[in-house]
This record gives sequence, structure tokens and C-alpha cells, in this order.
Amino acid sequence: MTQPRQEVLQKLTPVLTKRWLSPDAWQIGVYEQLDGYRAIRKALDVHPDDLIQLIKDSGLRGRGGAGFPTGLKWGFIPQGDGKPHYLVINADEGEPGTCKDLPLMTYDPHSLVEGAIIASYAIRANRAFIYIRGEAVHAARRLRNAVQEAYAKGYLGKNILGSGFDLDLVVHSGAGAYICGEETALLDSLEGFRGQPRLRPPFPAIAGLYASPTVVNNVGTIASVPYIVLGGADWWKSMGTEKSSGPMIYSLSGRVVNPGQYECGLGITLRELIELAGGMQPGHNLKFWTPGGSSTPLLTAEHIDTPMDFEGVAAAGSILGTTAMQIFSDQDCPVYNTWRWLEFYHHESCGKCTPCREGNYWMVRTYRRILAGHGTVKDLDTLQDTADNIFGRSFCGLGDGAATPVVSTLKWFRDDYLGYIEGRTAPRLSEKSLVGAH
Amino acid sequence: MTTVEFSPAAEPLAAKLLEPAREILARYPAGRERSALLPLLHLVQTEEGYVSPNGVAFCAEVLGINKAQVGAVATFYTMYKRRPTGEYLVSVCTNTLCNVLGGQEVYDQLVEHLGVGHDETTADGKITLEHAECLAACDYAPVVTVNYDFTVDQATPESAVELVENLRQGREHTPARGARICSLKEMQYQLAGFADPRDGAVADGVAGAPTLRGVRLAQEHGVAVAGFDPDTPITKTKPLPKDEVATKAEAAGVAANKPASDAKPAGDARPSGGEGAK
Repeated sequence: MTQPRQEVLQKLTPVLTKRWLSPDAWQIGVYEQLDGYRAIRKALDVHPDDLIQLIKDSGLRGRGGAGFPTGLKWGFIPQGDGKPHYLVINADEGEPGTCKDLPLMTYDPHSLVEGAIIASYAIRANRAFIYIRGEAVHAARRLRNAVQEAYAKGYLGKNILGSGFDLDLVVHSGAGAYICGEETALLDSLEGFRGQPRLRPPFPAIAGLYASPTVVNNVGTIASVPYIVLGGADWWKSMGTEKSSGPMIYSLSGRVVNPGQYECGLGITLRELIELAGGMQPGHNLKFWTPGGSSTPLLTAEHIDTPMDFEGVAAAGSILGTTAMQIFSDQDCPVYNTWRWLEFYHHESCGKCTPCREGNYWMVRTYRRILAGHGTVKDLDTLQDTADNIFGRSFCGLGDGAATPVVSTLKWFRDDYLGYIEGRTAPRLSEKSLVGAH
Repeated sequence: MTTVEFSPAAEPLAAKLLEPAREILARYPAGRERSALLPLLHLVQTEEGYVSPNGVAFCAEVLGINKAQVGAVATFYTMYKRRPTGEYLVSVCTNTLCNVLGGQEVYDQLVEHLGVGHDETTADGKITLEHAECLAACDYAPVVTVNYDFTVDQATPESAVELVENLRQGREHTPARGARICSLKEMQYQLAGFADPRDGAVADGVAGAPTLRGVRLAQEHGVAVAGFDPDTPITKTKPLPKDEVATKAEAAGVAANKPASDAKPAGDARPSGGEGAK
């Protein structure tokens, strides 16, 4: 492996990942020694509106995929409306390729708890929920422990640090449904129903949890808040770009020498990230990659210098998403990979709307046929047509996400499809997988 | 629910689970007890290892909703099992990334070795096998979990077989990054929202090299973000809400008709726009 150059190493911004180096930072005493629970003292000493302004000034944007400005979202919560307000933290990490929130909650759970206290104070919520993915059992174990410790120290509960502010925080485990990462499906799930998305408007800021004003934020977003409260908006903006400020945890997986979590200022390129990760594995040449999980359009080797911020990736025709970069090489098949993603979307489609439910069902079968060596050129038109009828016509983003790898691989790698159809590529699936397909 | 009369179907579970069920309900606002349904369904699996018709009846009667409403939820989520499960649930990620890095071979090998398929249990009742979707550990691909705790990283067919043999023989197997292995039923208790009762389990597991790669690299090369001053002041434009009450009380006549916490004029509370959060 090659050593990264000094100028690339300087792009690392260890902020949210810094405490991960302290093996006991999940314990409240250690956390407190590492600037922990210092931000809530500062925050509780200013008016909530001044906190919202601070977050607006920092330019913090949601880390869950959509990149909506966090301060603006908090500002949407109507104040003095007499209704209870809620903070709900989306910890349902499950977008294929994404693996940044689980380590954060496992190795630095108090930063999320502290962020939750500050955010709740800002939006005047006295109850907050962390909806954590069911399978994330170790992260949940640490998080529940952290919440218990925070209650015992008076950081949660009644009259926190004498401020007059009360907050109850509950860690609520999901039960295995990717769709619950969609914020309105998450709210339905948290209310004890099937996790199916709601029609918007009304947006959660007006009618969210229990039909009350609710802020739904990602783990990374909330865990960023204490740092902004401590270091200030200008310091936060010293990282990243003008429109995409701050550090971001980039998750690199696949055909690189050192897969892992790399926290850098927004706007770093894949070329630089691959350099940090020790380069591509020997014998592998970059062929295609996801900028932010499988629901974001695939990019190719020619996009290696795209700035990985909200604007840069959008300009390249994709979405920054969760900065989950799954890196594939010339030894990987985009058709096979897309089929496997579609099996996932098909399994996880909630069934509420027809385009997503039926479209994924049929696309999976078309892929199986192509990969078993029975595809026709017309199948490619059918796939394109099906994907076009799912995208933009589904009830929520899951359908759009499913159509995405289909459309982007047909665009970039049509010849790989034709390889199976014309018999140049050996079939990847057996006849057995076609049972019931006709 | 203080005086719920349980049906014969729900009664045996109620005898064991009513107390923790009450604790679960207390986590949610009054009148919003249905929020307890997901943790309650995890709870019934602590006894039965799956959600049986009796488990559905228990949840329904605790919450005062009907069995069809509970059944609709129980069948929606993957982690609620519909048949009895083994002592350990072994999940192999076969989503795209793990799949192409060898997860499919790992899964196929376990199918052959154990003689069971997806969502099936070995005859000795020890192991339920499943292929799972992305488990959010792609930097350790391919991954295998036991009762959802990360147990084998960078799994190979050989390391996966070694794991299941250790589980079947009752030999100790230290998970890669999770807590010490318990039974699936015991894990359900934690999923219902209770602390891990095992002394020291919360401390188990250390961060693996991939998790720490970026931050270690920064440490080794002395890279840090400059200019961080934790005492950077926050611009104050308004008095604190608790002081505000006092101030407003003094200025009574003027602002008396507004709640003390309402610092902004009502018209400033703008509705969430159509261009709002996606």
C-alpha cells in the first residue's frame, strides 16, 4: 500500500470520531473529561432562539441523506402553540453501505445524548426518542447505559442543571424494517404501527409524532450540535465548503486496501479518500461506486475528482446521501450487483404503493432471467420503462432509490447487460432461480 | 391496564410478563401507550422465541387493541419470528457489498454444513440461520452476527463453520465487536428496552481497525482541526426563558396576554413550507 501524501492527510478533520480513540469514552466519567456535557451548560445559559440562530449560522445540514439545513428545520417548529413538541432521532441506519452512526453510538454514545438535550431545549421539547435500528444491539446497549448514566447525573429528567428545563429521553429499538429510516414511516413505527410512510404535507414540523410538532434528525446531525455550541459557527465553517460546511464521516468499503471510516471536511474527492484508504486493492481498477449508499445514482471512474459535498455530487448527477461509498472494481459486475440491491428493495418495500411493490417484484425477476443467461435486448427496455414508472411515482424515496441503480447501470454499463444477453458473459445464476418467473 | 382480565390464551404470558410490560408502557406519554407495541412484541419473544398467537393475544390485551391490529404489525417486521427459533440466530449479510466480498459463499457453506435454509432451525434446536440485508458494517465485510451482535468480521466459510460448531458444542466464542454471546431469548429482553443484566457486558467489545482508521491516521500524523475554543461565546439576543418570565411579569400590562415562553410574535412561527424537509 502507498502512504497518503501530506496534503491529503491534512484534509482529515477528526471531530465527531475523535473520542473513538478513547476506549472508555462510552462511560460518563471519561466523556466528561473529554469536554463532555460542557456544551449543555453553555446551551442552557442562552435563549433557545439564540441556539437555533447559532445552528443556522453554522450552516449545519442534515447528515441522514437529504442535507436539509438543520437550523431552518428547528425554526419551523411553531412556538407558543400549546402543543407538546418532540425530538425524534433517526438511528435506523440501514442504507446499504452506510456504517457511520453505529460506531458513533457504540463508542461515543454520550455525544448523541448531549446533542439530544441541546436540540430538545432549542425546539422546546420535553420528550425525545432515539429510534435505533433493532439489529444495532451493541450500540443500543451502550446508548441505554449512557441514558441511564445521564439521568443519574442530572443531565436528563426534571430541572436539568437548575435550568428549569425538563427532558425525558427514551431509546426505542426497531424490529427490522429498512423503510423505517424514512422519517414518516419511522414516526408511524414509533407510534406502534406498521412502518409505512405518510403523505406530506403536513410535514413533521407541524404534525409529526402524535400529530404534534416534531423534529426528526439523523444521529450525525444531532451529535454535531455540541461541537458547534462549544467551538462556534465560524470554527465549524472552517471545515467543508461554503454551502456544505463542517466535517463528514465518509464510510469507505469494497475494493480499497483499508476500508473504514474517514472523517474529512465536506468536499473531499474520492481520489483523495482512496489515497487515505491506502489505494485500490492490488489487481483492482475502479469501475463504479456509490457516493452515498445504493439509493444514490452510481458514479464511475470518470467521477473520481467530484467534490463530495451536496452541490458537487448533485452536479455530477447523483446525491451525496449518507456518504456511504461502496467501491467496486473491474472485477465486479454492475448487473449482478444491481440485481442483489433489487432483491433488497423488493424485500424491504413496505407494499403501500403499487409502483414500488409491483415494480420491484418484476424487476427482480427480469434481472434473474438476464443473469441466468435467458435475457433479451427487449428486457433492457422493460427494465428502463419499469424503473421510469417507479421513479417519481412512488409514495416515498424507497421506490426512487430502487429505480436508481437500474437507471444508472443501464446508462453507464449497457454493454455489461448485453454481455449476458449475447452469451459473451457466463451466467451468474442457475436455472433454479427462475422457478415461477414465467 | 391495572385490572386487565386476561384471556386463557394470554394468561400464561401475562403471569410472567405483566410487570415488564407495565414498565414498557410507562415510557410513553399517557394515552399514547400503543407506542409500546414494538417493545412488547420483542418482550413476548423472550418467553417463546417467536411471536405466537398467544403472544399476539397478550400484546392486544395489554394495549386494549384487537389481535388483527397486533398481527398486522408483527408480520411487518423481520425481527418478529413466526416460527420457534433456535438458541442462537446466525445472520449472514448477503447484500451487495458483503455478497461480492464473499458473503454469499459464507451463507451457502452454512446452508450445506447445517442442512437448513433461510429462516430454518437445526434439528438440535441450537441454530436458526438467515441471510440478512445490510447490517451497517460494510467496512468489515462480509459480516456474520449472532443474535444481532457482530461476531465474525471478514468472515470466510471456514471461520463461519468454526463459529456454528462452537455454538453447537457449547464452546466459548468471543464476538469480534459485540458483547459476550447470550441466547436469542435473552437478547429480546434488551430489544424490549431493558439494560443488559449481565455484569460487564456493556463494556465488552472494542472498536476494530476499520472503524478507527481515519482518526488513527490523523493521530499518527498529528492532524487536528485548528482553532477549536470550547469557550467561544454564543451571541445572546434574548433573556433566558426563566428570566423572561420575571421580566414579563414586571412589564405586565403590555405583554400580559402572551405566554411567557412565546418570545416571537405568532406570525413569525412560519409553517413548514412545501420545499421543506424531504
